[in-house]
Amino acid sequence: MIFYALLTFMVVSALALLWLRNLFAVVMLSGSFSLNAAVLYVVMDAVDVAFTEAAVGAGIATVLMLGTLALTTSHEKSDPGVSWPHFVVVVVVGSALIYGTLDMPRYGDPMAPIHQHVGPDYIERGPTQTGMPNVVTSILASYRGYDTLGEVTVVFTAAAGVLALIGRRRKKKNKINKRTRSGERS
Amino acid sequence: MKNLRAMSKRRRREMQHKEVLRVCSKLLIPLIMLFALYVQFHGDFGPGGGFQAGVIFASAFILYALIFGVDVGMKVLSPGARRFFLAAGLLLYAGVGIAGMLFGGRYLNYSVLLQDPVAGQHLGILLIELGVGVTVAAAMITIFYVFANQDESE
Repeated sequence: MIFYALLTFMVVSALALLWLRNLFAVVMLSGSFSLNAAVLYVVMDAVDVAFTEAAVGAGIATVLMLGTLALTTSHEKSDPGVSWPHFVVVVVVGSALIYGTLDMPRYGDPMAPIHQHVGPDYIERGPTQTGMPNVVTSILASYRGYDTLGEVTVVFTAAAGVLALIGRRRKKKNKINKRTRSGERS
Repeated sequence: MKNLRAMSKRRRREMQHKEVLRVCSKLLIPLIMLFALYVQFHGDFGPGGGFQAGVIFASAFILYALIFGVDVGMKVLSPGARRFFLAAGLLLYAGVGIAGMLFGGRYLNYSVLLQDPVAGQHLGILLIELGVGVTVAAAMITIFYVFANQDESE
């Protein structure tokens, strides 16, 4: 029951995000969308994912978006209207995606392919082999250590990229013309 | 709403009077950091781990910078220190993998780190989670400060 209530709320939020022109409201609403998703993950017993979603999606992403808004403007200027060719493409792709989900196994189905591969092995051996009661940690950190290393490298690269692009502190007294300001510094 | 830094300068004078915000955030920041450490080191037993802990730890710094101004916040953790931690976490992770190779195992095999394979796994996971936490916290703080520090008001 609460599952469908949350889903409905998320759909309503997504539609409102489309219609709103005030970007400050859009940022706030996307934060609440993420928080909804986090609660949904808790309902689905994926607490680790919920934790990340709440911290990153509802927390950090909202603050970063607000920082970006502070640099630009908080109101979307032009209303582009509806472009019908794009609308058709979106509807076709969306229907194809929904059609694809029809083949997916039911939520929590023990016979799903994902539970027939290495999953049972990890659940069986994890606690004795790594001594970790939390099977998620043992998979993330030990069995799938390479993937997590790649993930951390992605986070590192993101921060390094931001530093390289806009990391240099601009001198306050220095008059900077429009062209260099938009990122074309040499 | 021009930008965060100019805003923070203006706001800082106003904030002097906002005692409730200042006192509450001062009370909250140590608790947020403590909770981040709990999530970091309790990730083996409950939900959580390095990634979540790093983000929560960074949020303490971001809250501080939002309340007391970005300039004051920058003094807490200098750009050099941020870059150091950014790289140190990733190097710690990769270093644990290489240590496993030196002890005669494969890359990122923690069982060979100690005599007892289970204890070795425990140590390895603790260390790499610490590396994840340090890098993620440094990355989030860096990205926030760089965004907040954009000065366009000349």
